[in-house]
Amino acid sequence: MLHTVNKSSFERNSLQSCLNTIDDSSVILLIEDGVISAAKNTKSPMLADLAAQGRVFALQGDVEARGISSKVADNIKLVDYAGFVDLVVEHGTAVSWL
Amino acid sequence: MATKKFMYLNRKAPYGTVYALESLEVVLIAAAFEQDVSLAFIDDGVYQIVEGQNPEGIGMKNFSKTYHALGDYDIKQLFVSAESLEERGLSIDDLMPLVWEDEDEDWAEKPSIQVVSNAELTKLMSDQDVCLSF
Amino acid sequence: MADILGAEVDEEGFLVDLKDWTKEIAVEMAKGDDIDLSVEHWDVINFLRDYFEEYQIAPAVRVLTKAIGKQFGKEKGNSKYLYSLFPYGPGKQGCRFAGLPKPTGCI
Repeated sequence: MLHTVNKSSFERNSLQSCLNTIDDSSVILLIEDGVISAAKNTKSPMLADLAAQGRVFALQGDVEARGISSKVADNIKLVDYAGFVDLVVEHGTAVSWL
Repeated sequence: MATKKFMYLNRKAPYGTVYALESLEVVLIAAAFEQDVSLAFIDDGVYQIVEGQNPEGIGMKNFSKTYHALGDYDIKQLFVSAESLEERGLSIDDLMPLVWEDEDEDWAEKPSIQVVSNAELTKLMSDQDVCLSF
Repeated sequence: MADILGAEVDEEGFLVDLKDWTKEIAVEMAKGDDIDLSVEHWDVINFLRDYFEEYQIAPAVRVLTKAIGKQFGKEKGNSKYLYSLFPYGPGKQGCRFAGLPKPTGCI
């Protein structure tokens, strides 16, 4: 499955709820304010673990819009809209965490 | 029309935002088209089905009554996150006794609510064709 | 805005304020559709009003059909019977006579 998260983890629990119910084959795509959680040194060990496994993505446009490109953790992969579509195709059912 | 498995994820408390009511309306519409519909209540979404709601004082419709109609719409599976209940100091006894009637057993009432762990929810979600979040 | 016996209705003839409903309004609405309300019509109208009171929604036709069959007997729990009473649709026309909003999911 593909899980998208569009809220900052400092404002809402969307990312945490997603992490609570994610299975071993799922990936996470951070979009909109969700990309704030992509910054280095954020306090989410579980997200860091998933990122280390190459299972966390962030939407490049949203990262750039917020001026945090240089802060994104190295193992979080940036994708453009075409990359977003590829993730949907590859991972099937999408769940959005609002 | 092919039947698909739809799961509605409800994560917001009622009244403060319009998510809960909107979800319920979409659920009823999808069910009227005879799709396979289940609901999950996670996080503050569990407050949507708490017993004893009375929004009269804030001038809003008491749509908690409408959850009792879900059984009529063949929605028999309401999954509630055990962890979310526990975090909020709630248990299944605090929830409305929602049931569906089994036509094949002389309309016997059967409980619709199932309290499940987050791990079980994970599995249920991956069985769906479509998950819609509210 | 149009009205029926002084109660405001929308462009499809549904009551704007549910509280305005009276039996006379239902009779008048039916007359406008060339229907003389029978006991069988009233069974359905009263059922719809009770359902709305209990659940805060008008039932979908499928739900209405099943429930009418349960309450009034299997021979009445089918759309042929309900359409014979309400040729414009038991949901749409029945709910209108009952003073309810258009059923959710009714196109």
